[in-house]
Amino acid sequence: MSANNPTARKNHNPKIAMVLSILLAGLGQLYNRRYVKGIIFIILEVSFIVTLAEFINYGIWGIMTLGTLQGTDHSIFLLIYGLISIILIAFALTLYIANVRDAKKDAIRIRNGEKTPTFKEGVRNVWDTGFPYFFITPGLIMLAFIVILPLMFTVALAFTDYSQYTQPPRALLSWVGFDNFARLFFETGGAGNNIWQDTFISVFTWTIVWTLVATTLQISLGLFLALLVNDPRIKFKRLIRTILILPWAVPAFVTILVFAAMFNDRFGAINTDILALFNLSIPWLQDPFYTRIALIMIQTWLGFPFVFALFTGILQSISKDWYEAAEVDGASRFQKFRNITLPHVLFATAPLLIMQYAGNFNNFNIIYLFNEGGPAVRGQNAGGTDILISWVYDLTFELNQYSMAAAITIILGLIVTGFAIFQFRRTRAFKEEGNI
Amino acid sequence: MSRKVKSNVEVTLIYLFLAFMAIVIGYPLLWTVGMSLNPGTSLYSAQLIPDNWSLVHYKWLFTDPSSNYLTWYKNSVMVAVANAFFSVVLTSFVAYAFSRYRFVGRKYGLYAFLLLQMFPAIMAMVAIYVMLNMVGLLDSLVGLTLIYIGGQIPFNAWLVKGYFDTIPKELDEAARIDGAGHLGVFFRIMLPLAKPILGVVALFNFMAPFVDFLLPRIILRNPENFTLALGLFNFISNQFDNNFTRFAAGSILIAIPIAIVYLLSQRFLIAGLTAGGTKG
Repeated sequence: MSANNPTARKNHNPKIAMVLSILLAGLGQLYNRRYVKGIIFIILEVSFIVTLAEFINYGIWGIMTLGTLQGTDHSIFLLIYGLISIILIAFALTLYIANVRDAKKDAIRIRNGEKTPTFKEGVRNVWDTGFPYFFITPGLIMLAFIVILPLMFTVALAFTDYSQYTQPPRALLSWVGFDNFARLFFETGGAGNNIWQDTFISVFTWTIVWTLVATTLQISLGLFLALLVNDPRIKFKRLIRTILILPWAVPAFVTILVFAAMFNDRFGAINTDILALFNLSIPWLQDPFYTRIALIMIQTWLGFPFVFALFTGILQSISKDWYEAAEVDGASRFQKFRNITLPHVLFATAPLLIMQYAGNFNNFNIIYLFNEGGPAVRGQNAGGTDILISWVYDLTFELNQYSMAAAITIILGLIVTGFAIFQFRRTRAFKEEGNI
Repeated sequence: MSRKVKSNVEVTLIYLFLAFMAIVIGYPLLWTVGMSLNPGTSLYSAQLIPDNWSLVHYKWLFTDPSSNYLTWYKNSVMVAVANAFFSVVLTSFVAYAFSRYRFVGRKYGLYAFLLLQMFPAIMAMVAIYVMLNMVGLLDSLVGLTLIYIGGQIPFNAWLVKGYFDTIPKELDEAARIDGAGHLGVFFRIMLPLAKPILGVVALFNFMAPFVDFLLPRIILRNPENFTLALGLFNFISNQFDNNFTRFAAGSILIAIPIAIVYLLSQRFLIAGLTAGGTKG
């Protein structure tokens, strides 16, 4: 086609445009005679280099060495500068690649003799293709600095030796590779010296038990109550629903602290008012076993109303025809529940239920507010009811074992990623690929 | 046993179970009210139904010169309003781009949101603390609000994007034929139609500062800057001045308005969560 096109310039080479724009962003555009665009790219690149080159250079040096002058260089600040530099470089590279692609695309169009858009059309084009990027930029910047950078920092911290003995700026940090993980999993330094390993195993086991038992209980109770209240023979449905939703409506930190007081061994209401009737007194806050029982009961109390409300909405939306058809076929009540109600309810709420499990896995509030992870247990540096996330908090803010805390955080992150992958697969829309 | 008798027995059992649940739910809540009316400060001498009940703790919260309760209320409301407003603006921008445009990096962005929303803030606490310290926003409500706004993006962008997806594309196209641009479609079609989900986002983000104690505990130092949850927590976490009855009184005053809002809007909240959450 281009042979017949009078405006085609066969000798206009896209490769030259690409090479030029790799040398300096914007040169390729100048070669394509897109002067305004080219100049904008050049100005962007030059100002990026002029203003940020020094910072990036310092940051990269900082993250590589974590400082060389004890007492002057602050390893933690250097680490953060380094991470910011990496984010900036990533942004710049993205723009750079866009610039090279743009130069190539324009050059091909010129060679094929397509009409060069006027400046006004060009602006229009940029606005159209760039619009989604303009719109996500403010959110993306917030996200980069408030969520992604701190997570990168935590990951980096896991590979340093930051603890209460090496506090910058008094001491310098250094990179230690996988030492922290090795300590966590394998350290067996003779007589009872494998405290990390012991603690990790016991905390991890309890975290799993806690997540499965507490979440399954709250979902089951929510489902059971939703079925009961949905029964057509039950009256005062509105009032009953309001009462059942109350635990969700009251702020959780208030109710957890109230429960902590009620479960108090010596003067809490549970022991003095209720169990005293049966001549019982249970060491709720002293014995890890009972503290765990109390925590699971409290979480069930806190968590079932949300599930109840969720299921109530779904139950009301299931068409009556299904049940009528099942009755004609002589299905028992359990069969109707098993084959109609349960699939409907679970299909519609699966992602939110997975979130319930993930939420309890990381349910810091209840563990910390109820008994600060206690009671203390001999031979480990976490309390008897600490889950991974509350152990991380303790290690960070009480024991100042920053890098060990970060290493555990990475393990936590991997498990959470597992939840997320499960979530991707369950979420309906992800199955219809391309339509997300 | 006839069918009717059997049915009646069932209904009675259901009511009995519901009554049991009502007691289990009501007891701790009423107990808190009872505590707040006790004149003493210690849990030991407190009674569920006090012999000589008094409002002394409520009075203390509002009138005592050493009480910061009203300041905390004001702080919480300011953070809550700013958080609700900016969260809605930022998230609806992001959600609109992800719902209506196909651009490079879109799919990975969505995966990233789904993943990031599961990471609790504690994982990043040390960095947040150090960074706020670097820019001088430690112990400030502005710093706290910024962290709230940034942290809510993944979850809410996903929620709002899911809702935007349910708005028919034909509406956009019709508006474009009538000459609306990218912004026109956003402001005149998407935002008005997405009011329910934006309401949910606003409400969640308005409530967050009232019920979160962890971030304020790490960021705020000066009692003048506390939010309500942190201030109340300190009533009982303070070893030398453990004051449960005062905590109970202060908690009731914040729990009642929050509970009313939740009860009134629960249908709307749940509908928003299922619409946005399951559609993906």
